[in-house]
Amino acid sequence: MNIPIIDLQPIWISLQLATVTVGILLVLATPVAWWLAHTQSRSRVVVEALVALPLVLPPTVLGFYLLIVLGPHGWIGGPVQALTGSSLTFSFTGLVIASILYSLPFVVQPLHGAFESIGKIPLETAQSLGATRLDAFFSVILPLARRGYLTAIVLGFAHTLGEFGVVLMVGGNIPGKTKVISIEIYDRVEVLEYAQAHILSAGLLVFSFVVLVLVYSVNRRLPVQVT
Amino acid sequence: MTHSIDVKLNMDYPGFNLDVELSLPGKGVTVVFGPSGSGKTTFLRCLAGLERATSGYLKWADQIWQDEEIFIPIHQRKVGLVFQESRLFPHLSIQENLLYGYHRTVERNLHLDEVAQVLGLEALLQRYPDKLSGGERQRVAIGRALLTSPKLLLMDEPLASLDMQRKAEIIPFIKRIEDEFKTPIIYVTHSMNEVLQLVDTMVILKAGRLVNSGPVGKVFSDVRLKEVMGPDQLGAVLETSVVAHDAEFGLTQLDFMGQTLNVPQQNITVGKELRVHIHSKDVSLSTAPPAGATSVLNILQAKVKKIGTLDPKGYSVDIELDAGHTLLATITRKSLSNLDLKPGQLVYAHIKAIKMVHSQHEAELD
Repeated sequence: MNIPIIDLQPIWISLQLATVTVGILLVLATPVAWWLAHTQSRSRVVVEALVALPLVLPPTVLGFYLLIVLGPHGWIGGPVQALTGSSLTFSFTGLVIASILYSLPFVVQPLHGAFESIGKIPLETAQSLGATRLDAFFSVILPLARRGYLTAIVLGFAHTLGEFGVVLMVGGNIPGKTKVISIEIYDRVEVLEYAQAHILSAGLLVFSFVVLVLVYSVNRRLPVQVT
Repeated sequence: MTHSIDVKLNMDYPGFNLDVELSLPGKGVTVVFGPSGSGKTTFLRCLAGLERATSGYLKWADQIWQDEEIFIPIHQRKVGLVFQESRLFPHLSIQENLLYGYHRTVERNLHLDEVAQVLGLEALLQRYPDKLSGGERQRVAIGRALLTSPKLLLMDEPLASLDMQRKAEIIPFIKRIEDEFKTPIIYVTHSMNEVLQLVDTMVILKAGRLVNSGPVGKVFSDVRLKEVMGPDQLGAVLETSVVAHDAEFGLTQLDFMGQTLNVPQQNITVGKELRVHIHSKDVSLSTAPPAGATSVLNILQAKVKKIGTLDPKGYSVDIELDAGHTLLATITRKSLSNLDLKPGQLVYAHIKAIKMVHSQHEAELD
């Protein structure tokens, strides 16, 4: 039996993409989720809907608009190309931007839920003990929201690994640059190399399953925090 | 050195307006009392800097906390806050909870060892909040606030969520804070009974307005308190001292302005002070000393100071007496007419029940 040769590069790019995307998303999603959890502003529902949009939109729609906006003549792609001389579309940076938007709800929503259940009282208490808002966030809110953060990280990571449509639209299929694992599977199937497709697919399946089992078991073990 | 706290607050909410102006002493225990909706919690939150009054002026010693331009935020006011719920941080041990504010305090006058000792927390330090009883958690919350070496300790109904037994357990600790650390306390409550033994200064609020404020003895001599506390709670608070114990009859004799009061035997050293509350409904009057024997043990001589307004629809009237300190009596209008009382007249006040403030215990003595 021949052992099929697996190209490891798409796996590596996928992991890099997911790590960078989740890292940036944690920084961006924290203030958005905090604002959503505590604001009384009427614009809240609009922001909530915008954040949830990638959940219901076909990835191709999101990819299509991103292609236009990030392209050499787009609002963002144009100035960036003029400045750096390289295009955002069909590049790793473009993939990161697309992934951030695509995975946004998977990071914002668990954090939103966590902040909402923590409420304002721990922050107020920490401030009454001399902590500034930022200090109070890192010393009290963050540890109390750790279940939310864990869920956000895992869902964001796994969802970015699994994306296909947006990546294909914005990133294309450039080996070693923008070709990620899901596209590699598609390519193998196209050329009828089912063995390689099997290995990659099963790998992704097992990985996702193991990660989710880990998250749920860790989440069960972290005590529910009651103030 | 003690400083006063000048407070002037005006704050509008839909259907509610808080408008008070007063000066609080920067020492001892000040109790802000009022029924729900009186604005007492808002008052405290404004003092703490958790809320900003629409217009207001707050000054502690020579530091302005709020005026038209200045608003010092809570973490710079150096006040300690204790709420109804302990609000301990569940992810931190008791020791870490206690030290949370301590580590963020520059000028530390109080330290972990002494605070843990005074509040009886030594055995709890390594535990976590969810392993503590409600009373223990509240003691930790008080300790945590104290370890920021606050200039002022603000307490918002700190005992309201505890049962009677736990309340009685914590009150001595609050008293010790005042004795040991000299930290002035402002204590908001809707239940006067729980703090009567602690209070030095009273502030009474009703519907966002100041009803009365001043030393506890003076405020409790005010018949207007009836509107706020209910007719059953009206009555003078007297400072007495223990003169002797009468083991044979199981009584303790108290000196009150040269006259004697008998109460059930108390476990208090002779010479010590004891605060008592005599409800006006438990005081009846006669114009002459009892002719024959009487079962009433406590009869004080007093002068009629002021006869309360007669409500033609009601049956009773409140009488202010002067027995060296104001004493209040509530009698029927018919009795007033029978006795034909006039201000300045000498009367005998028959006291049917005395409440010993320290034990929450009321004794009928007949």
